[in-house]
Amino acid sequence: MENFNYHRPATVLAAAAMLKKAKDGKYMSGGHTLLPTMKQGLAAPTDIIDLTAIKNFGGIKVSKSMVSIKAGTTHQEVAMSKDIKKAIPALAEMAGKIGGVHVRHKGTIGGSIANNDPAADYPSACLGLGATIETNKRKIEADKFFTGMFETALKNGEIITAVHFPIPKKSAHQKFPNPASRYALTGVFLSQDAKGKVRVGVTGAAASAFRATDIETALAKDFSAKSASSVKITAKGLMSDMHATAAYRAHLIGVLAGRAVTAAK
Amino acid sequence: MADTKTGIGASVRRKEDDRFIQGRGRYTDDITFQHQTHAYFLRSPHAHAEIKKIDISKAAKLAGVVAIYTGDDVAKDKVGNLICGWTINFRDGRPMRHGPHPILAQGKVRYVGDAVAVIIAENINDAKRAAAAIKVDYKILPHVVDTAKAIKSGVTIHDVAPDNHVFDWALGNEPETNEAIKNAHHITKMEIINNRLAPNAMEVRCANAQYDAASDHFTVYANSQNPHVLRLVISAFHGITSENKIRVISPDMGGGFGSKIAIYAEEVVCTWAARKCGRPVKWTSERTEAFLTDTHGRDHVTTAELATDKNGIITGLRVKTVAAMGAYLSSFGPLIPTVLYAPLLSGQYNIPAIHMVVDGVYTNTTPTDAYRGAGRPEAAYLIERIVETAARELKIDPAEFRRRNMVKKFPHQTPVFVAYDNGDYEASLDKALEMHDYKGFAARKAASAKNGKLRGVGFSAYIEACGLAPSNIVGQLGSAVAFYESAEVRVNPVGTVEVMTGSHSHGQGHETAFAQVVSDRLGVDINNVSIIHGDTDKVQFGMGTYGSRSAAVGITAIVKAMDKIEAKGKRIAAALMEASVNDVEFKGGEFTVKGTDKKKGWVEISLAAYIPHKINTAEIEPGWKESAFFDPTNFVFPAGVHICEVEVDSETGHTDIVAYTAVDDFGTIINPMIVEGQVHGGVAQGIGQALTEGVVYDDASGQLLTGSFMDYQMPRARDLPLIANFKLGFTHTMALCNPLGLKGCGEAGAIAATPAVINAITNAIGVRDLNMPATPLTVWTAMQSMKIAAE
Repeated sequence: MENFNYHRPATVLAAAAMLKKAKDGKYMSGGHTLLPTMKQGLAAPTDIIDLTAIKNFGGIKVSKSMVSIKAGTTHQEVAMSKDIKKAIPALAEMAGKIGGVHVRHKGTIGGSIANNDPAADYPSACLGLGATIETNKRKIEADKFFTGMFETALKNGEIITAVHFPIPKKSAHQKFPNPASRYALTGVFLSQDAKGKVRVGVTGAAASAFRATDIETALAKDFSAKSASSVKITAKGLMSDMHATAAYRAHLIGVLAGRAVTAAK
Repeated sequence: MADTKTGIGASVRRKEDDRFIQGRGRYTDDITFQHQTHAYFLRSPHAHAEIKKIDISKAAKLAGVVAIYTGDDVAKDKVGNLICGWTINFRDGRPMRHGPHPILAQGKVRYVGDAVAVIIAENINDAKRAAAAIKVDYKILPHVVDTAKAIKSGVTIHDVAPDNHVFDWALGNEPETNEAIKNAHHITKMEIINNRLAPNAMEVRCANAQYDAASDHFTVYANSQNPHVLRLVISAFHGITSENKIRVISPDMGGGFGSKIAIYAEEVVCTWAARKCGRPVKWTSERTEAFLTDTHGRDHVTTAELATDKNGIITGLRVKTVAAMGAYLSSFGPLIPTVLYAPLLSGQYNIPAIHMVVDGVYTNTTPTDAYRGAGRPEAAYLIERIVETAARELKIDPAEFRRRNMVKKFPHQTPVFVAYDNGDYEASLDKALEMHDYKGFAARKAASAKNGKLRGVGFSAYIEACGLAPSNIVGQLGSAVAFYESAEVRVNPVGTVEVMTGSHSHGQGHETAFAQVVSDRLGVDINNVSIIHGDTDKVQFGMGTYGSRSAAVGITAIVKAMDKIEAKGKRIAAALMEASVNDVEFKGGEFTVKGTDKKKGWVEISLAAYIPHKINTAEIEPGWKESAFFDPTNFVFPAGVHICEVEVDSETGHTDIVAYTAVDDFGTIINPMIVEGQVHGGVAQGIGQALTEGVVYDDASGQLLTGSFMDYQMPRARDLPLIANFKLGFTHTMALCNPLGLKGCGEAGAIAATPAVINAITNAIGVRDLNMPATPLTVWTAMQSMKIAAE
């Protein structure tokens, strides 16, 4: 690993200013993707701006209709939150399945979403719940946020400050882990709102998380496991690697969506 | 008195674990010399390429760089090539095609990870920065990584082997086998791939070498399973200095599993470089480097045919195997798919005719060598897969089919060289069937089906040969070394005992188990027995630990030395008690005179040995120290029956091992707790091969795709059966070639488990053939192709 300057700004404003000043600066909010990349010599930023020292950067607020999670909140905090367990139990469950216990105590929701790893769990929850991502500049709908592999709608220097999840009637998360890395080989986050609208967020299957709209349509008509798993998912555009072919991933989307319907609460 | 709580058969808590679990173990990487430097190896990014030019000029000027050496420096200093200690010639007499393996590449790189240059620097970051500044001009050559395609690929990896064919080797009775196949009532033919594995000891490889100019002497710390062999090879073959001028120390080690047997480039480079640059040189592997450069295991492609008669009796077995050697011949590479493989192809069965041919081939991959089981897992996998499949095809219960064909009379001469000395295979089968509740399987299967799960059961009646063994025989079979073991037993003036053993403990618990044997025999408190190993200055010679040989060979050498200790003790006791030595008896630490009440305690004798005032030292030398070398007359043959039961998720292809029963015959067991740990660990590794592990090279680029734990899955606790459903049982027949009847238990689990798991999955989903690892993708794909075939 190459040497770098390490900063711990106390405000979002200061953080943004530091990035602007740095030759090749990177925000860090947990570092469980960035640090391994640097150790392998695949990234060598001149400046690391650690966001986790920013005052009031973490925290959970649950209202009648919304779960709001500040960007610096760790996965462990989400997994253990009594309020979230009550409002959107699937979201707490999902956070409890990210990485190992060490990762969950360091990794944050903001870091995960900003990184948009194709196999990360949070992007599927954002899409599956119709979340809004708030930054230091604006609010972005989840549907417009995840734009490609490790790519998001964030502009250079923009910092996620919070994620707002509408509370659905019921929801569920199903993850089929990659046998080796335990990232989602395919993961499905499903919700149904009070009006019967269904959202199905899928991760791990393509370059970026996406919504399985065909399954959403089928489930809006008939909210049953059979209805979900009988939708024919095309393998076109899905990833193929040594762990899973595109066809297998397509098959898993249907299986997991069906299981999510059964598990939804 | 021998203590029943610490003697043979007692589950004594491991003495060494106090320091291990408190983080006080002292490993090679913990050793730092004054003026220490750190080495980093620049490695080939290509599977096969010509090195046109290496430019180190820029790198050499960077801060912290002490020295940079390449293959040219190695050649200039005439440092010898890495050796292959086992020669397998072609059947027609042509010599094995042994391509040179310089410690740093010369002219060509042959696999991704091949060492090109070493950078020695003040710290590892400086070394890495310099490595990135070295410019290597490669001309990329065509490569081959696929074992089955190696010979016809048109790629030449070594000039000496234009078609990559290293050797061919055969064993068995060919005409009888062909006749048996011709006259068979039924033939079961299978194509079987034994997947390539990365050993992944928890502690990565490491070496730290210091040269003392004043005494012209090297001290080399290296985590080797056989430090004496490393010393011998560095001196005799690499020619760096003479044997008496090197001390090799292999301190605490975090596992070996065979991957630390081979003599590697890195430890030789560190030794050579320490004198050349005038400072101690340490290299510690990183995990990805370990995936790239630690010897891999397995990698066979086999066609096998099993002939049976109309009564379900096996009449013959014909086997043709292609085995990957990797890009170079590792220290014992050619031994593994030949001498350690073919002789086990008879399994536990009475097969009158067996013939096998193996082709060793070069591929542009990491060299292969021993990995837990080494050859025997490949044999057990083959025979147990084909026997299970034959039973299914003949519609005979697989347990019954095995029983019908099992060897029942001992000794048993197989047609593939080895003779089994002793065993009772049916006893293990009966015990396993009962412990597993095999009769209840149908009901359990029906219950699983109600939950949408496919349940299956699979057997493995394995045999292995341990305690590598008779030196005169291994010599005839191509070995450059012999496989005895040495021991020295020192009794101190106050009666405490130090045992120097040539065996090496890298996690096996020798400090405890060996001490139990000594305490049991000499009647000395186990806490007063020290087991000393892994230091060539302390232990005169040793062949090290692998092939489950430490008990059968290493302990037996200690027993032989203790025979001499007892004999001398009797002479001293006779002198002190004025009796005839023939009348002196020794038991539980006491010397008595037959027919009298005269006795002398252990400490009285040890004191007298060192303060011999009452002894005629012209007749009895002072001191009490004896040594012995033990060379066994045969292998030992642990065997057993394992039963695996799985549930497969019909929608995802995910397999859960819901129950596992292992019944093993290890002969005499010294420490049941340690043995159970070995079985648990071995079975976990076997399950790893069956379900999760597999080294994958990309055909198109020759790159290693499984270069980290993100892509290579070691078995986790969740992949193993719950401990309540993981049952261990033991049967006992004694090995006849060592006095304690010891057999060896280190590899059995890894040998037995793999076919049991695959037999269970194929039983569950109803396919005949299934490649390992049986990942969810593989199992789902197999189920899909069945569905398509059915439609």
